[in-house]
Amino acid sequence: MKTIFLILKREYLVRVKKKSFLIMTFLTPLLVSGMWLLPAYFAMRGIDQKKVEVIDESGLFGKTFKNTKELKFVPVNTPVDRAKQSFAKSGYDVMVHIPKNILDAPKGLKIYAEKNVSLEVKSGIENAVEREIENIKLLQAGIDRQVLESTHVNVSSDTFSLSEEGEKDSSSGAATVMGYLGAFIIYIAIFLYGAQVMRGVMEEKMNRIVEVIISSVKPFQLMAGKIIGVALVGLTQFMLWILLTFGISTALSGILGVDTGPQQRAQIMSRQPGMAQAPTEEITKTERKENPATQVLKAVNTLNITQIVICFLIYFMGGYLIYSALFAAVGSAVDSETDVQQFMFPITIPLILSFIMAQFVIREPDGTVAFWMSMIPFTSPIIMMVRIPFGVPTWEILLSMALLFGGFVGTAWLAARIYRVGILMYGKKPSYRELTKWLFYKA
Amino acid sequence: MNILETRDIVKQYAQHRALDGVSISIPRGTIFGLLGPNGAGKTSLIRIINQITGPDEGQVFFDGKPLHPNHIGRIGYLPEERGLYKKMKVGEQLLYLAQLKGLSERQAMDKLKIWFTKFDIKTWWTKNVEDLSKGMQQKIQFVATVLHEPDLIILDEPFSGFDPINANLIKDEILELRQKGSTVIFSTHRMESVEELCDHIALINRSRKVLDGPKKAIKEQFKTHTYRVEYQGSLDGLNPAFSLLSTKPLEDGFLRSDVRIPPDAAVNDLVRELIGHVAVRSFGENIPSMNDIFIQAVGEVPTT
Repeated sequence: MKTIFLILKREYLVRVKKKSFLIMTFLTPLLVSGMWLLPAYFAMRGIDQKKVEVIDESGLFGKTFKNTKELKFVPVNTPVDRAKQSFAKSGYDVMVHIPKNILDAPKGLKIYAEKNVSLEVKSGIENAVEREIENIKLLQAGIDRQVLESTHVNVSSDTFSLSEEGEKDSSSGAATVMGYLGAFIIYIAIFLYGAQVMRGVMEEKMNRIVEVIISSVKPFQLMAGKIIGVALVGLTQFMLWILLTFGISTALSGILGVDTGPQQRAQIMSRQPGMAQAPTEEITKTERKENPATQVLKAVNTLNITQIVICFLIYFMGGYLIYSALFAAVGSAVDSETDVQQFMFPITIPLILSFIMAQFVIREPDGTVAFWMSMIPFTSPIIMMVRIPFGVPTWEILLSMALLFGGFVGTAWLAARIYRVGILMYGKKPSYRELTKWLFYKA
Repeated sequence: MNILETRDIVKQYAQHRALDGVSISIPRGTIFGLLGPNGAGKTSLIRIINQITGPDEGQVFFDGKPLHPNHIGRIGYLPEERGLYKKMKVGEQLLYLAQLKGLSERQAMDKLKIWFTKFDIKTWWTKNVEDLSKGMQQKIQFVATVLHEPDLIILDEPFSGFDPINANLIKDEILELRQKGSTVIFSTHRMESVEELCDHIALINRSRKVLDGPKKAIKEQFKTHTYRVEYQGSLDGLNPAFSLLSTKPLEDGFLRSDVRIPPDAAVNDLVRELIGHVAVRSFGENIPSMNDIFIQAVGEVPTT
């Protein structure tokens, strides 16, 4: 045990002291915060109010348009033709023309702008007009104010249920994002740190220091020390990334003057394609009632974050351990970088496969494929992470973890047997037949 | 008292028997030459002694007890293929290797200070190994091998890569280590250093031990009972009991001949006989060199 500790201490310190580690550790959060903050920064700056001139020939929409942060409505009485001509010099960004017969021909609504009108502006105006026309038509149909009020309530309670629908929607959206994110990080981390283990083993073999070391310690201790050491490097890096990303984001947002309150951030998130599940038209609608940012936050809150984090750590470790043992075996078997490829590929197949399957699993997180792939130790770290945000029965998680652990023990045993022979074997180009023989060599 | 004994060691690889019933005894306080051509099985034997691999059959005794993992700290090993972590500082690396051998960090530090002063290499402490020359790295590795003051030191080709000055330095260190009570197993192809350093030898050829014992006894065993004489005159009338093997003229008019005496004859008889025939300038026994013995025993020229 003491020797394993010595080994992992060295493996850890050597890697942590490396320049590349420091650079990676500090650069990544910077990039991430940048990706996070710059859109926010530009979004903040981008909000210069647009002036909209409203030519209401019908005279029905005097109070329909309410000014917002983005849009300022100015009713004008200029005839359309003149307004069109002078539009370029008028200082308005958008012009809305409501023809006289709007009630009979609702499609006659026209929006003019120098450049293309953004979808948001367009649908915002359309919705406002639409609602007003509805109101007027209802009134014309003889429904009195009170009934109208009650329909208003109905309408708004409709949108509320709609927004609840949106909430449900964005909750599964949050689960999707969370599932992908967890799976992706595990996928990347296994490659990143597994490769480090492999390179470490190869370095020792090629440097020939391995013979000195294993005259002092058992090959298994050396392998275990290395794997655990690198695992700790990985954990350290992740911790630092999280802390630094948070720190840098806060600092940068202070400098840039971006409000990165959680709401703001969520709002930015919701604007990014793929992140937002709510359809665009709904944004303007719901914005009046409830900020979508808070919705996303609420949606995230519906997930069992504690469970996800704990499971992530366990599957991260399990997946890393199982694969890094294999990577160590590969590193011990080869003499040079060029031989690596033939062994790397078959090892990484289940990893890549499970990453590809993740998108199908995410559509049907309780399906048969999802179940079995989250049980097989080589695919479970990724597939289970995809499933967990959608809710997985506890027994399935426990079984999968037990299998993962068993899988690790088996893999480590296998890897250790190849490793102890491989590290001392030079000049032989290893084949699979050769490796199988190594398994049965006596220690 | 033997510090190490192997009994009937067999090591079998898939197609190839690397060691076949090898028994050797290494007396305490000796420098023991482990000789043999390439591929004879020396490295396999050394790895078994270092517990890097285990024998398929046979036993190894260290200090009278079956070899056990806790003997590791009492053995120091310098493999033929040297290697250090290239990107690690010299000092850290030596501390690490010493700790793997069971020293505490403090002990290791104290001992390292002595060695660094002795070799006058204090400035190397904070250097990366890759910034040192090959010879310097060898020196570092030698220090790593002996730092924990092992009872048994196994050196595989310790002089390769050293210039003559540093080779001498290492040679003196080896002798001093023996002086202090360590036993050294010395595996090499260089017969002149065997000649110079070893007390005992064992020769392994084709997975079997073909020869072992004190160097003197082995030389005795390989004696050919031939004598070399330089003289003026002619040995034509020499007593036929002494067989004249060869004669060749030297540049200054003298002749040199090799003469074998029968096993039961005394050297003095030959001397007397010679004096009767020729004017002797010099006379001496042909003692086989280790090189001769190696070639004779193995039937091939030692190669590096």
